[in-house]
Amino acid sequence: MAANCLPPAQVTESGRPVLLPDEIESYLLSSVDLECEELPNFPILKSGLLSLTTHRLLWLPESIAAAASPSAIPLAAITHIFSPKKSLRAMWSSPRVRFQVSVSSDGRVIGLGSSSGAGSRSVVVTLVVRGKGDIDAFLAKFWESWRGRAWESQSAVSSSGSGPVSNSQPGPSSSGLYSSEGTVRMVGVSGILRKEQEMWESTDKSLQDAFQDLNALMSKAKEMVMLAEKMRQKLLSGSNSQTGASNDEEMGSKQEMQDWMLSIGIISPVTKESAGALYHQQLARQLADFVKIPLEKSGGMINLIDIYCLFNRARGTELISPEDLLQACSLWEKFDVPVMLRKFDSGVRVIQNKSHSDEEVFARIKTLVTKPDALRIGISASDAAMTLGIAPAMAKEHLLTAESRGILCRDVSPDGFRFYINLFYEFDPNDVYLVKDYGVYATWIKAVSAS
Amino acid sequence: MQKLGDFKLPHFFNYPPYFTLQPVRDIREKQIQLWKELILEYCRFQKIFVVGLEEDFPLFSNTVIERFLSHEAREAFLSAVVSEGRGEWLDKGHRKCLILWHRIQEWADIVLNFVKDNGLEDSVMTIEEIRSGIESRGTELHGIDRTILMRALKLLEQKGKLAIFKGSSADDEGVKFSL
Repeated sequence: MAANCLPPAQVTESGRPVLLPDEIESYLLSSVDLECEELPNFPILKSGLLSLTTHRLLWLPESIAAAASPSAIPLAAITHIFSPKKSLRAMWSSPRVRFQVSVSSDGRVIGLGSSSGAGSRSVVVTLVVRGKGDIDAFLAKFWESWRGRAWESQSAVSSSGSGPVSNSQPGPSSSGLYSSEGTVRMVGVSGILRKEQEMWESTDKSLQDAFQDLNALMSKAKEMVMLAEKMRQKLLSGSNSQTGASNDEEMGSKQEMQDWMLSIGIISPVTKESAGALYHQQLARQLADFVKIPLEKSGGMINLIDIYCLFNRARGTELISPEDLLQACSLWEKFDVPVMLRKFDSGVRVIQNKSHSDEEVFARIKTLVTKPDALRIGISASDAAMTLGIAPAMAKEHLLTAESRGILCRDVSPDGFRFYINLFYEFDPNDVYLVKDYGVYATWIKAVSAS
Repeated sequence: MQKLGDFKLPHFFNYPPYFTLQPVRDIREKQIQLWKELILEYCRFQKIFVVGLEEDFPLFSNTVIERFLSHEAREAFLSAVVSEGRGEWLDKGHRKCLILWHRIQEWADIVLNFVKDNGLEDSVMTIEEIRSGIESRGTELHGIDRTILMRALKLLEQKGKLAIFKGSSADDEGVKFSL
């Protein structure tokens, strides 16, 4: 597809879109086609996932196997959004949203980065929603994002450099759910329905007024996040330039600051509001991307509870419930993600890399319990945790699994719960005094008598 | 090598997991088998006929490694002895267990050999005489548990090898051999 007129959209391994700085996902629609009859080189984008962000319209294939690649239409390129036609035909066919996009003379959609301004001509792109979805809500968000011009405020900030954050554009405007554009006067049943909707709208408006303070606070919060992000950038560049001169105290405070900044976490969390029915699916993908780093740190396996805490901490305010987390994890089976949910016999649930192998862990445990000291007094879960570099609770699960495989056996006494290498198969019930030469049993006797 | 009285203990007696009832099936089966053999060996050596679960049975604790068997473990191991026909519970609560390192049939054969060896084919003996008389001294019958001896004698009575008759008290019970 050499002459693809749309800029490609980057996605993560699990199929989540890679967002630009400050870009926030605001709505998701499933089974969406994108069509453009005027451009011959417009790619075939059939029944994909449409993600509306504050900056772009992203079209993502619903399965990895699909031929079409993820594509993006920058909102900046959109010159007009047509109001939906309320006709009899529209009631029967799939809902459509049409909008105008400016393209360059060679038939390419102008990207975000280009500063050439408006393209030479405009084409109409049609968006066909084949799945279920609240098309009105989408349209409202579409309008809101388009008029919010979030991409402009972002470029303004980056161009102003280290200067104070200008009050360029305080995020998306807080317009109502339904725009007044495109209302067509109607009589009869639809007139009544329209009236009903207007009543809803007015209720909504008064609610919006009530929440205006809150909205103001939220737009301030966005500025705060931007400020924090900038400070972090500055800290990072600062630590590079003056490595020699900085003393320990300064480094300490910097570290603290950086940690604090990092805890601001995920810029655009998947929420029920933005993803709707696709919530768990998208959450699952985001989670899969998120767990990669904590998994690496904890040796390929991490407790579900720990992930729950880390994930919610990264999300900040958009907290998820334990059920949502569990559901998201159980959806991993259906996607091609490198992580999986695992349940131990004890009921403990963990997240682990698919490449994680129990055999490797068992081999390490085996080496651990055959050391002379361990032969004599066994090992506890915390001993194993220290050697394997994992959490004690996790170590205990590994030890119990190793026990069920016959590698270890347990010793419960007033001294505690310890594990020994399993020697039971070495003992001969027909001759209880028999000790085979050069076996583990013989090694064990040597270790015990040495003490 | 460690000893319990004069009894030689195997090395694994100092292996701490040996004293914890293992939860994994295969390992537990092996553990039970080992305990069964050791209990029978020890009882044969020390001429112990009854093991009480709540009494201090020397084999059930190891002072060297400070381990002892739980009640559950004791019952599991003795139950294994019983299920192989080498023991019998003496009460419903499973508090006392009769250990048969010889089966009843074997004990009956020992009695027959004893009778033949001493030329007692047609004589009369009291039960107490068999257990602690001069004739039985130095044989396996010396000090035999009364319950086990009575079972062996009853088995022989069924085969018509002897007749048990009762006196005025339990001490007076006697047998008339008729081989």
